[in-house]
Amino acid sequence: MKTEEAIIYSYGFATIASAIPAYSKRGDIVFVDKAACFAIQKGLQASRSDIKLFNHNDMDDLERLLKEQEIEDQKNPRKARVTRRFIIVEGLYMNTGTVCPLPELVKLKYKYKARIFLEESLSFGVLGEHGRGVTEHFGINIDDIDLISANMENSLASIGGFCCGRSFVIDHQRLSGQGYCFSASLPPLLAAAAIEALNIMEENPGIFAVLKEKCKRIHKALQGIPGLKVVGESISPALHLQLEETTGCRERDVKLLQEIVNQCMDRGIALTQARYLEKEEKYLPPPSIRVVVTVEQTEEELEKAASTISEVAQTVLL
Amino acid sequence: MRPDPGGCFCCRRPVRANSCVANGEVRNGYVRSSAAAAAAAAGQIHHVTQNGGLYKRPFNEGFEETPMLVAVLTYVGYGVLTLFGYLRDFLRHWRIEKCHHATEREEQKDFVSLYQDFENFYTRNLYMRIRDNWNRPICSVPGARVDIMERQSHDYNWSFKYTGNVIKDVINMGSYNYLGFARNTGPCQEAAARVLEEYGVGVCSTRQEIGNLDKHEGLEKLVASFLGVEAAMAYGMGFATNSMNIPALVSKGCLILSDELNHASLVLGARLSGATIRVFKHNNMQSLEKLLKDAIVYGQPRTRRPWKKILILVEGIYSMEGSIVRLPEVIALKKKYKAYLYLDEAHSIGALGPTGRGVVDYFGLDPEDVDIMMGTFTKSFGASGGYIGGKKALIDYLRTHSHSAVYATSLSPPVVEQIVTSMKCIMGQDGTTLGKECIQQLAENVRYFRRRLKSMGFIIYGNEDSPVVPLMLYMPAKIGAFGREMLKRNIGVVVVGFPATPIIESRARFCLSAAHTREMLDTALKEIDEVGDLLHLKYSRHRSVPLLDRPFDETTYEETED
Repeated sequence: MKTEEAIIYSYGFATIASAIPAYSKRGDIVFVDKAACFAIQKGLQASRSDIKLFNHNDMDDLERLLKEQEIEDQKNPRKARVTRRFIIVEGLYMNTGTVCPLPELVKLKYKYKARIFLEESLSFGVLGEHGRGVTEHFGINIDDIDLISANMENSLASIGGFCCGRSFVIDHQRLSGQGYCFSASLPPLLAAAAIEALNIMEENPGIFAVLKEKCKRIHKALQGIPGLKVVGESISPALHLQLEETTGCRERDVKLLQEIVNQCMDRGIALTQARYLEKEEKYLPPPSIRVVVTVEQTEEELEKAASTISEVAQTVLL
Repeated sequence: MRPDPGGCFCCRRPVRANSCVANGEVRNGYVRSSAAAAAAAAGQIHHVTQNGGLYKRPFNEGFEETPMLVAVLTYVGYGVLTLFGYLRDFLRHWRIEKCHHATEREEQKDFVSLYQDFENFYTRNLYMRIRDNWNRPICSVPGARVDIMERQSHDYNWSFKYTGNVIKDVINMGSYNYLGFARNTGPCQEAAARVLEEYGVGVCSTRQEIGNLDKHEGLEKLVASFLGVEAAMAYGMGFATNSMNIPALVSKGCLILSDELNHASLVLGARLSGATIRVFKHNNMQSLEKLLKDAIVYGQPRTRRPWKKILILVEGIYSMEGSIVRLPEVIALKKKYKAYLYLDEAHSIGALGPTGRGVVDYFGLDPEDVDIMMGTFTKSFGASGGYIGGKKALIDYLRTHSHSAVYATSLSPPVVEQIVTSMKCIMGQDGTTLGKECIQQLAENVRYFRRRLKSMGFIIYGNEDSPVVPLMLYMPAKIGAFGREMLKRNIGVVVVGFPATPIIESRARFCLSAAHTREMLDTALKEIDEVGDLLHLKYSRHRSVPLLDRPFDETTYEETED
C-alpha cells in the first residue's frame, strides 16, 4: 500500500471495531455515513464518542454538519481545542455498492480540520490500477488519509484484517488496540496465504482490469430484469438486487427474494440474500440479493447467471 | 442443598488437615476446631457459602502480601523514572535531544492533536526503555522449544535491526501451549494439510450467508459432546466471541455482575450490551452474594422494578493471577438467587480436570448447571477461535442473533480440522491414550514447578493446580532485567507490567505445557534460581495469607493449629 507502517489483526470484524476506540474517546466527534457497516457501528459504540450521521455520499449534508460544528466551536474555544474530529467513510460501501467521493472529502478535511479514517474492505484489491484501493482510483496522495483499514477476507481470501498508515498513527494501536493486545495472533498458515495473495497481486496487475470488465458486464446484463433493480456502481464487484416495488412488508419481501435464491440454486447459480441484524442496525437497508463477481468466472458463466436470474425473477414476481 | 458436615466420619475425632483420608470425604485446607466439628456433626444446615460440603478436593490458593520495603522501593523507582521522563520530554521539546519518535505531518500541525500528551508519556518514557522484551518475532512452531530472531537496537529501542542470527531452541515458558498441540508434525498437521488441499484457506462469507460449511457443523457437534452440553456454536476469534455475544444475550434493563479482574473482552462485551454493570471483588463470594441480595431486594436503580436478567460473568482461570474461580460456590449462589452464569474457560478448557473438560470437570460438577459455557480454541487446542455451549434453545437463538454469525466470516477450514483432530485426541476417540497422557503430564508439571519455585523463595500467586504461574517482580527495572537475563540463558519468558497489571505488581508469567519434559523444567528452574539470586527476587517470607478479605467467624474455618 506504500505506507509507512501496517498492523495485522486476526479477525476482520475486530479490525475496524478496535481501531476506532483506540483514537476516538468520549467527548470526540465523529462524522459517519448513514450506510456504514455494522463493524463501524460497533466500533463507534465502544468508543462512546458523539456520533453525527450524514446522508449517504451526500457531501453537502456533511458540510452542513461540519459548519454547525464550527459555530459550536467558536462559542467554546477552549473545549474545541481538545475535541478531536474524525470522518469515517468506506471506500466501497458494502450495503449499497457505491464509491465514496474521496477528493471532496479531502478538501473538507483540510478546510474543517478533521481526520479521515477510510475503511477499504471491499475496495482493497479491486479499485485502482494496482488494486491499492480507492486512493489509487482517485489519484490521491495516501498520506492525506490518516488511517486505512481493510479486512483480508474479501480480496485476499484469507482471514484477518490490517490497518495501514503513517507510523505516527499506527504505532499507537500496538498498545491500545483491544483486538491486538488482548487477543491471539493470526495463525501462520493464514498469514502465509495472505502474503502469497499479495505477491500474486503485485506480479499480475492485469487482473484488476479483467475484474473491472467483468463487473461492468454483469452490471449491464442485470439491468433489464423486470421487477428487480440493480443497486451499485458498475465498478463494484458486489451489487445488490432489490425489488423494484416493495410489497410494503419486509417479511414478504424477504420471502420473495428467498424464493428467487432457492430457484436459482436449483438451476446451478449460488446466490445469497444480504443478511442484517434487523433490530440492531441503525439504518436498516432494504432486503436484497447480493451478487458477487470473481475474476475466475468466464464470460459464458456470467451470461448464464444473468439469464437464469432474469428467468427466475420473471416466474416468481409476475 | 445440604452440604455434608465437615467432620471426619471414619475416625470420629477432630479433623487435622491433610492427614485423614476417607473416600470422597470433604476436606479443605483448614482444620475445624472441635466445637465446630461437633456442632457440624450434630447435623445443622450450614450457610451456603461455607467451604464445607461443596469442594471435593483441597482448594489451595494464596496471594502473598507485598513486603512493605519492596512496595516503597517500587514507588520510588517509578518516581525516578517519571522525573527522568519529564526531563527527557523537556530536552526533546527544546531540541537538545534528538527526537526519534514519529510526529504529526507538517500539513496537519494545526489539527487538534491526535493523542493527549500524558497518554503517551508512559509509552515514550517507560515502555520504550524495555520494549525489547515484547513483540519478539519467533520463526518456528511455538512448542516446548522455539527459535527467536535476534534483534539489536542502536538507538535505545526506538528502532530494531535484525542481525540475521536466530537464537535456537529457547525453552518456551510463554506460549499457551498447555497440552502441547502446537506442533508441526503429527496427525493434526496431516489432517489440516489434507483439508487445506480440499477446501482452501478462506471462506469469504458469513455463517448466515454462504459460509456455513459442513465442517463447521461437525465441529459444533463435537464441541457439544466434549463439554457435555446440548449444543455449541463456534466463532472465528475468542475476543470477538465475548464482545459480540454478550450484547446479544443481555440488554438494557439487565444486570451484569462481573469479577474485578475479568478480561478486556468480557468488559467490552458487557459495555456494548448496555446493561448495568456491577463489579465484585476478585473470587470473593461474600461480595458476590451481597451484590445479588441488593439486586433482588432493590431492583433497578430508579424505577425499582425487578431486573430482567442477572448475569454473573466469571472466568475459569484468570490469566494474570493464576487463580481458579470458586465454581461450586458460584453455582450454589446462582441457584439460590436464580441468576444466570457465563463461564469463560479460555485458559482452563483442556488444561484442568482429570479428563481435560475444564473447570467444571475439575470440581466434578454438572455442566448443565452452567448456563453459558464459553471458551477458546487458541490455548489448549493449538488453533484459533472461540465457542459457546449451552442448551439448544440458547444456541439456536445465538445462531440468528449473534453479531458474529451475521457479519463476520466463519472459521477457516484447516483451523477447524486442527481443532477437530486435537479434540478427538483429548477425548481419546482417535484410539490412542495420547490425550490422557498429556493431561496427566501437565498436572504433574504444574505441581512440580510450583512446589520448586515456592521452595526457592519466590512469591507466586494463584492456585496450586493452575498451569499459569505468575512470579512477582514488582520493580520496573527488574521487569526488563528479568526478561533479558532469561533470554541470555536461552529461556523465553513473558513479563507483564502496567497497564495489564496494577502499577506496582508487575510480574513474569510462566505458562506450563505438557510438552515440557522434566529435564527442561529442571534447566529452567536452575536458571530462574540464578537470576533470582542475581536480581534479589526472592521476596517470599513463607507467610501465605488465606485468599480473601472476608471476615473470619467461627462457623467458617480457622487456621491450622499445629
